[in-house]
Amino acid sequence: MELLGSKPTRHGFGEGLVTLGERYENVVVLGGDITGSVMTQLFKDKFPDRFFSIGVAEQNATTIAAGLALSGKIPFFASYGAFCALRNADQLRISVCYNDVNVKIGGGHSGISVGPDGATHQVLEEIAYLRTLPHMTMLVPADFEEARKATIAMGEMIGPAYIRFGRSPVPLFTTSETPFAIGKAHVIKDGNDVALIACGALVWESLLAADDLAKSGINARVINAPSIKPFDFNTVTQAARECGCIVTAEEHQVHAGLGGAVAECTAKNAPVPIEFVGVKDSFGGSGEPEELMEKFGLTWKEIAAAARVAMKRRDKGSSGVRSIVEP
Amino acid sequence: MDTSVGPTAEVDSKQSLAFNTLTFENRLRQPSEFAEIAVEIRRDIIRSLVRAGSGHSGGPLGSSDIFAVLYFGGIMRYNPSDMHWNGRDRFVLSAGHMAPVLYSTLANAGCFPKEELGTLRKFGTRLQGHPGRDMHLPGIETSSGSLGQGISIAVGMAISDKLIDRNDHCVFTLTGDGELQEGSVWEAAMAASNFKLDNFCWLIDNNDCQIDGRVPDVMNVYPIAEKCTAFGFDTFVADGHDYADIMRAFDRFRENHVNKVGKPTAIVFRTYMGHGVSYMNDKFEWHGKPPTKDQAIAALEELAGNE
Ligand SMILES: [Mg+2]
Repeated sequence: MELLGSKPTRHGFGEGLVTLGERYENVVVLGGDITGSVMTQLFKDKFPDRFFSIGVAEQNATTIAAGLALSGKIPFFASYGAFCALRNADQLRISVCYNDVNVKIGGGHSGISVGPDGATHQVLEEIAYLRTLPHMTMLVPADFEEARKATIAMGEMIGPAYIRFGRSPVPLFTTSETPFAIGKAHVIKDGNDVALIACGALVWESLLAADDLAKSGINARVINAPSIKPFDFNTVTQAARECGCIVTAEEHQVHAGLGGAVAECTAKNAPVPIEFVGVKDSFGGSGEPEELMEKFGLTWKEIAAAARVAMKRRDKGSSGVRSIVEP
Repeated sequence: MDTSVGPTAEVDSKQSLAFNTLTFENRLRQPSEFAEIAVEIRRDIIRSLVRAGSGHSGGPLGSSDIFAVLYFGGIMRYNPSDMHWNGRDRFVLSAGHMAPVLYSTLANAGCFPKEELGTLRKFGTRLQGHPGRDMHLPGIETSSGSLGQGISIAVGMAISDKLIDRNDHCVFTLTGDGELQEGSVWEAAMAASNFKLDNFCWLIDNNDCQIDGRVPDVMNVYPIAEKCTAFGFDTFVADGHDYADIMRAFDRFRENHVNKVGKPTAIVFRTYMGHGVSYMNDKFEWHGKPPTKDQAIAALEELAGNE
């Protein structure tokens, strides 16, 4: 994988929506007052008759979307993840998921790379919540191109779906040819010494970590896991069996997110040592994205270091011999 | 089972805990024609709740007169043998705990066999404690029960009809009065008015009761009608036990819809919780519990006399 540029994933969401609008007459979009920021403005400009501004009322927007879906529409509602995954948690649970309707949510400003806005707007918990909801599909694309593909895919599938995207530009490294499918994780760099399983912006960091590990003769496998739910048990189990240890990396709390999904999968199918890279039980804060990623330990350096720990634990022959480590 | 024969069979079947096969048509009626239907709806509520052994009695009984007019007075368009019919008007029960009255109404319309009312709240039933769309019971448009959500769903449906499909369908939704304490209800009201949804009719069952007591003692929501008006609704207050008054209110909504007044309609129905069964009337204690068998028989006897 080579670096092709830098672009925010939210732009991929905005462009994907326009494509869906062109393909399907019943795709409609609900605005939550930040349409420029979450890029639904693109759809609004092109299809003004299919855009409805709901204002700063995310609970209402979510349930109105459910009503539209019950009337045969494919509504997308986008806001910041803090407000369209968690503030409306009950609406998602009952009106969207229990109803099992075609509501699609775009959650922006995810993770701490949001930057200056600070902790209130840096959602770090929603992967954990959304992946427990029956019927929900939950996607975390790694770059602009994957966000575009994921948006189209979630619009074309039947049922509730959520896509997580970020504010700041992130490395672009996939192309229109790179495979993407809901429910699939992809090995983007082969290797058998340790598996680095990541989603979102930390996929590129994992590739950088693999480069660093290679200098020490460690051949890391890097897996891009954009589909949190449904989860690719096969690819992850195979990685556990063939590499014997895993590092997960995500711009989310270390609890119950991608790391949790990997741990649940491997505990059942192939128990191996896992190290978790993510935000360790704290809130974010203001700052430049790079400063924050550094402060919260979400760069290739932490991933590479975690890989070495995971390998050491594997080589000791037991994942339980070290002293107890808390997040 | 209700197998009695002979001269008293008619009376017996009215007081019996067993379900009958009686159904009613949806057509224009004189106000005096609704009493018989409302009594049957109430009887079936009692019959299903006593079997369930749990559930809400007060709200369903108190709103039975409104349901009788809405579903059997030619107000709502629907086809009981095809509740997915595209031309239908929709009803969303935002106050999901009032499910027994909706189930009883739908069964009396012939949407499904009345016997099925006996499965209320039981394992595997299509008549879930709160409406569940996953059970595919004809006439259940959406799951509801988490208060404040149904009205927003109804707004979404009304937007779909008026602003996207541009058809002449109407959407009705019923909330309780305690439910008005949920803030998202007012988000929905704001949107209904913002989008000028004159195909949207909000029914408020104002029985002044909720589980913990009288509504103002739990959290004051008054003045209700003034709030609705301030939110941009054409608002009517009606006696929810007076069929002529209920019909008048629905007629006003029809006029608003036909004349495209550009405003949603709200009807505040003044009702008594548990109405029709004297020992329950206006008692908030009956919000969330079913009658015992003896209480149910007494209620059925009283209802038979009231017909
Ligand atoms: Mg009440």
